[in-house]
Amino acid sequence: MAYHCTVGNFTYRFNDLKELLAKASPLRSGDVLAGLTAESYEERVAAQMALADVPLVTFLSEVVIPYEIDDVTRLIIDTHDKAAFSRISHFTIGDLRDWLLSDEADTSTLQQIARGLTPEMVAAVSKLMRNQDLILVAKKCEVVTRFRNTIGLRGHLSVRLQPNHPTDDAKGVAASIIDGLLYGSGDATIGINPATDSPAATSRLLHMIDGVRERFAIPTQSCVLSHITTTLELIEQKVPVDLVFQSIAGTEKANASFGISQSLLQEAYEAGLSLKRGTVGTNIMYFETGQGSALSSGAHHNVDQQTCEVRAYAVARQYKPFLVNSVVGFIGPEYLFDGKQIIRAGLEDHFCGKLMGLPMGMDICYTNHAQADQDDMDTLLTLLGVAGINFIMGIPGADDIMLNYQSTSFHDALYLRRVLGLRPAPEFEEWLLQQGIMDALGNRLSTGLQKQLYTTLVG
Amino acid sequence: MNEVKKTSVEPDEWEPLKAYTNARIALGKTGISIPLKESLQFKMAHAHAKDAVYSQLAIASLQADLAGTSLPIHQIHSQAESRDIYLQRPDLGRLLAPDSVAKLRQLDSSPADISIIIADGLSATAINTYAGPFVTRLVDKVRQTGYSLAPLLLVEQGRVAITDSIGGILRPQLAIILIGERPGLSAFDSMGAYITYAPQPGLTDERRNCISNIREQGLPPILAVDKLMYLINSAFRLQITGVTLKDNNGLLE
Repeated sequence: MAYHCTVGNFTYRFNDLKELLAKASPLRSGDVLAGLTAESYEERVAAQMALADVPLVTFLSEVVIPYEIDDVTRLIIDTHDKAAFSRISHFTIGDLRDWLLSDEADTSTLQQIARGLTPEMVAAVSKLMRNQDLILVAKKCEVVTRFRNTIGLRGHLSVRLQPNHPTDDAKGVAASIIDGLLYGSGDATIGINPATDSPAATSRLLHMIDGVRERFAIPTQSCVLSHITTTLELIEQKVPVDLVFQSIAGTEKANASFGISQSLLQEAYEAGLSLKRGTVGTNIMYFETGQGSALSSGAHHNVDQQTCEVRAYAVARQYKPFLVNSVVGFIGPEYLFDGKQIIRAGLEDHFCGKLMGLPMGMDICYTNHAQADQDDMDTLLTLLGVAGINFIMGIPGADDIMLNYQSTSFHDALYLRRVLGLRPAPEFEEWLLQQGIMDALGNRLSTGLQKQLYTTLVG
Repeated sequence: MNEVKKTSVEPDEWEPLKAYTNARIALGKTGISIPLKESLQFKMAHAHAKDAVYSQLAIASLQADLAGTSLPIHQIHSQAESRDIYLQRPDLGRLLAPDSVAKLRQLDSSPADISIIIADGLSATAINTYAGPFVTRLVDKVRQTGYSLAPLLLVEQGRVAITDSIGGILRPQLAIILIGERPGLSAFDSMGAYITYAPQPGLTDERRNCISNIREQGLPPILAVDKLMYLINSAFRLQITGVTLKDNNGLLE
């Protein structure tokens, strides 16, 4: 079905919903690379005007990737909650935007309608929203998850401690873990990106983190971000797996390029649940996503990169994840060129994920060939803190020496907690206080624990 | 009014752990924030990386460095007209500009065994530093083994896969591209070497083999030339590069 918008004497025509969504997207390099963007500023706003008038029900009949060829589309359509949708089924996308910003759309109402929204509806409404709209609505959403502690409570900010090392050297990793813990990071997870995907190396790292966690009774969870098939193998070998990690994308073909399918995710989810390692809850999955992944594997079906991203969230929410992390600036300048594009994408991903009911965190990051620097990360970090983000990354000095990109540091997390009055996850905060690592104001204290941690970890 | 006391940075007690990792641990703090010295060191590392991304091939000095090979040297460029276009359009960096296509067609020489290509990639600094001596040594070794060589090509705004566009015209049996790698904070001058057997448009990256992190503090250039020669000889023997070559040679990784 075609969509139209008349500006002055000229009528823009958009051939289908997919084209309308792409042309309504705020400018970003990945859509330019894919040849999907509006040809002028005027056309972009015309597309947004036309999109505002599209009824939500249209999204249930006009899919952006055919049902027959894509299992993510099938998931979206087959799991759509008609009862939840019924309350807003008379809305257009424009009506949805105004309603989301209204006081009637409070936290519990937003939670009730989440399953009635498809990713394409959520992507569409985000394209009509300014940055402050994305922040305001996201702030109203609350998504709380539990494993060994509680993440996502209002007023709390958690941190994934990311102690990567170029050769997975145990003492090198341990040194960064100690640094992070003593700076109050690590409540979302202690999560290592392994340098190689070998089961043996992954197992060794998992045993190492688990040993530290047990020894010091740290209320947190561990993760080694290996491929899900490696994790499955390790679960079978009784290796202590807390969170089950996988990168996911918004099309079947892109997921295939990651070596995964929905049935594989389901299998790993059930295997992880069977271990019953969570003490306060059963959210066990950790997913990572990022705009541009579908295009980079030639699997975007001419759908714009932000819509593809939100479709990945539909995959994620099937498995009640503990953490969902958009690695926003990692992919490079051919997808998000500069600080402005990274900041916009970060706010979109956080908003869209939260509205869909996901525990969103973000790797606020950039590579050296993108036009961005630590000032841009400070801006996005602060905005996401205001928007109520569940967790961020904590990397020593914000410099990942294994993956060669820049993110946020343990110091950055303390900054955000301080300026916004945010606290760590409650169980973890109690541990920090008990151990004398931090005081109630978030100041780091000097105690004997450091010495104990060294001797245990690096001997 | 009392003079305000200068803030002294509070060091972290676990500084000895720095021995175990190059990660930026035990930075200390002022209040809860990163001390200025560390902040400026980070900025300097990032400045080196940014400067490397925007650096340009030092053509004259590369030509001088390569004169000892006695090979003709030609300068060509991709379809990416500027660095900002190059960064946003990797597809254009893989294609030769029309005048460069014409230039290569005019060469009109019979296909050689090996074509050596030198491209700026994401760090011309790396190429300016290492390509001259590296290629001189490589050419020596290649000649000793008896392979014939095509003219040397210096490519501006080039990506790895421009190898295939060049291969489609010059038809060498094997092409080697030396290219500046994406700078990190710890290294802004790493050179990579990719080899492709029977390069032609339409190949994908799993058809190539790669040696990366070539720099004095990484894989030293002299060792890298030896490693590359081993790959080249294997590629000619098996008449292939890429995943298959790697599978057949456990020694490579």
